[in-house]
Amino acid sequence: MIPLLLYIGFFILTFAIVRALTGSMRKDDFIARKTVTFGDESAVVADRRASFFSIFAIFLLWASFTGSVLLPDFLHMPGPFTGTGTFTYTAQTADGQSDDATVSVTVLADAQESDAVEVAPGEGFAKNDSMAISTYRSSLARVDANDEVTRDDGATVVAVNGEPIAPGGEVRTDFARIGMSQRGTLNVEPNSGWQMEPIWLPAPEAVFKRFVEIASTGFRNYTLLEHLGFSLFRVVSGFVLGAVVGIPLGYAMGLSNWFRGWFDPIVEFMRPVPPLALIPLVIIWAGIGEGGKIILLFLAALWIMAIAARAGVSGVDIAKVHAAYSLGASKAQIMRHVIVPNSLPEIFTGARVAMGVCWGTVVAAELVAAEKGAGMMIMVASKFQNTDIVLMGIILIGIIGFGIDILMRWCERVLVPWKGRS
Amino acid sequence: MTGLSIDRISMRFDLPNGSAVQALKDVSLTIGQGEILTVLGPSGCGKSTLLNIVAGFLAPTSGKITLNDTPVRGPSRERGMVFQKGALFEWMNVRDNVSFGPRMKGQKPGDYAAEVDHLLEVVGLRDFKEKAIYELSGGMQQRVALARCLANHPDVILMDEPLGALDALTREKMQSLVLKLWKETGKTIILITHSVEEALLLGERLLVMAPRPGRIHSEYRLPFADMGVDMDLREVKKHPDFAPRREEILSLIWDMEEEIMGRKEVAE
Ligand SMILES: Nc1ncnc2c1ncn2[C@@H]1O[C@H](COP(=O)(O)OP(=O)(O)OP(=O)(O)O)[C@@H](O)[C@H]1O
Ligand SMILES: [Mg+2]
Repeated sequence: MIPLLLYIGFFILTFAIVRALTGSMRKDDFIARKTVTFGDESAVVADRRASFFSIFAIFLLWASFTGSVLLPDFLHMPGPFTGTGTFTYTAQTADGQSDDATVSVTVLADAQESDAVEVAPGEGFAKNDSMAISTYRSSLARVDANDEVTRDDGATVVAVNGEPIAPGGEVRTDFARIGMSQRGTLNVEPNSGWQMEPIWLPAPEAVFKRFVEIASTGFRNYTLLEHLGFSLFRVVSGFVLGAVVGIPLGYAMGLSNWFRGWFDPIVEFMRPVPPLALIPLVIIWAGIGEGGKIILLFLAALWIMAIAARAGVSGVDIAKVHAAYSLGASKAQIMRHVIVPNSLPEIFTGARVAMGVCWGTVVAAELVAAEKGAGMMIMVASKFQNTDIVLMGIILIGIIGFGIDILMRWCERVLVPWKGRS
Repeated sequence: MTGLSIDRISMRFDLPNGSAVQALKDVSLTIGQGEILTVLGPSGCGKSTLLNIVAGFLAPTSGKITLNDTPVRGPSRERGMVFQKGALFEWMNVRDNVSFGPRMKGQKPGDYAAEVDHLLEVVGLRDFKEKAIYELSGGMQQRVALARCLANHPDVILMDEPLGALDALTREKMQSLVLKLWKETGKTIILITHSVEEALLLGERLLVMAPRPGRIHSEYRLPFADMGVDMDLREVKKHPDFAPRREEILSLIWDMEEEIMGRKEVAE
């Protein structure tokens, strides 16, 4: 909740500041001359300053809520309490005598019992205590254990820091919440602050350190490059197979009644089945090795590419086909010089979608079962609660997916420059 | 007999809902080698249908078409077509579009390069040889389409509103170009248009078609095309016979349109 509010606040704040300092984005081209821009999609251009602040905001929140060393201290959210705090308790014996004693609580990351401070026992029948607790943990405090009159003798704790306490109740001190269990034992829960525990969300530098470490020493018998490379290899081989079969299939469906009739039910049936739903079946049939993965990705890419090729053929302007026939082209020449080039834009769109789907599917398949691969890496890491590896894996998966899409778009620009411009 | 002969062509479109449209009924026409014929008529009277049948893209319900005594059975390189919107191949540059016909015949660049250059020169696109199609304006694209058609040496050139999408000035230039090419190459040309002026200027013969069913309503022989070959078209329009002809044909088409509208109102 708090991070969300901060995020929205940051969104509004940066907008206001950037607007106030530099005015709206400078547009040098003719868009600047348009008077109607609301509702004109072509007049909306991503404001790169906003993109910068967007990424910045995510890292800022991340670093702030994890107490990252990348940020100066005053930008950190309040962290968990560390150091030594004290509270007093009042014990009462069965016959009505009462006595105070002090408990010194040392809170440290990875605290050991030996971290507890030495304290003098003090006066009275209740003796001073000391204990050590790791950050984000809580601990029962058997404060009566060293007293002269223990709980077994009928003594009870009736107040903490002078405030009365009963079983089920609690008292907040400056550094911790002291609760009392139903049986009358105190439970010390040092303030955890607003920061995230590393096991939930490690700091950016921890993730980066883990990245460097895994990049140099590997993970589970394979180097990082091998993990990512295997995922990519599966995607590329599955996609290529899917395209090699799917594109001719789509062409055949676009050109022949029999093919259209034969494959329509299959394609229309398979299209809405998400590839993820095929994972169990493919594992049963082909096991968890490379074969199964590639079959799965082949199936994921096949229908998309077939449908794209079919759409490319149906999308051909009949006037172009007519023109080619009047110019003396044979059927094969029409295919080669009109239908295939005309369908390329559609096929590229399909290929981009297919690559995206394949990349998502391979990660999911590796999550289910694999010996290597990006998905396997984060799955295994999550079992051992290595959240930093999980995060690192997710970031790498995202970057690679994004990279694939950029590559496909680049190919598209180079190979079908006429796309969308006729 | 040399030339194009259209013999009692009828065309009926059976619609999926069971009704049928009689797009053409008993259309007969002969066009001699080297004639230029323009076709006018209200929208929906079957002009495009007729042209598509001549081109061989549609098979008529009945009737026969022969070109130089050979029956027409499908599209072929003797009958070139220029479409309303170019129908150019965007994936080829200007030169490859123009040389498409010769290349499909298996000619080598050496065989056609000179002619392609010449044609591009004629249509005024010499400097645009290497340009992509989407880099050209609409008028330039139309000129490429014309050059592409000519490079293939058809006997008959069929044009379905080829200049419809152009601005007035480009259109006038293209009209001159069509006349010039007609005279130089001696091709038979059939040109469909919605502009009465264009039909008068470009047609040695002008055909007016009437709708429902599509048929030939009347035919005119005109002197303006011959004049326009080596005269400014604006001068031709000033010819004393031009304006009366225009008014005559305009009112004819106007009456037909009125009749269609009136019939529609009655039907409603
Ligand atoms: N594929 C088709 N299916 C059904 N009806 C058709 C088809 N093509 C044309 N028609 C009908 O045939 C008639 C003639 O159409 P056509 O396209 O030849 O007219 P046109 O004279 O070229 O009109 P325009 O000047 O608007 O281009 C119209 O009534 C049209 O509805
Ligand atoms: Mg038409």
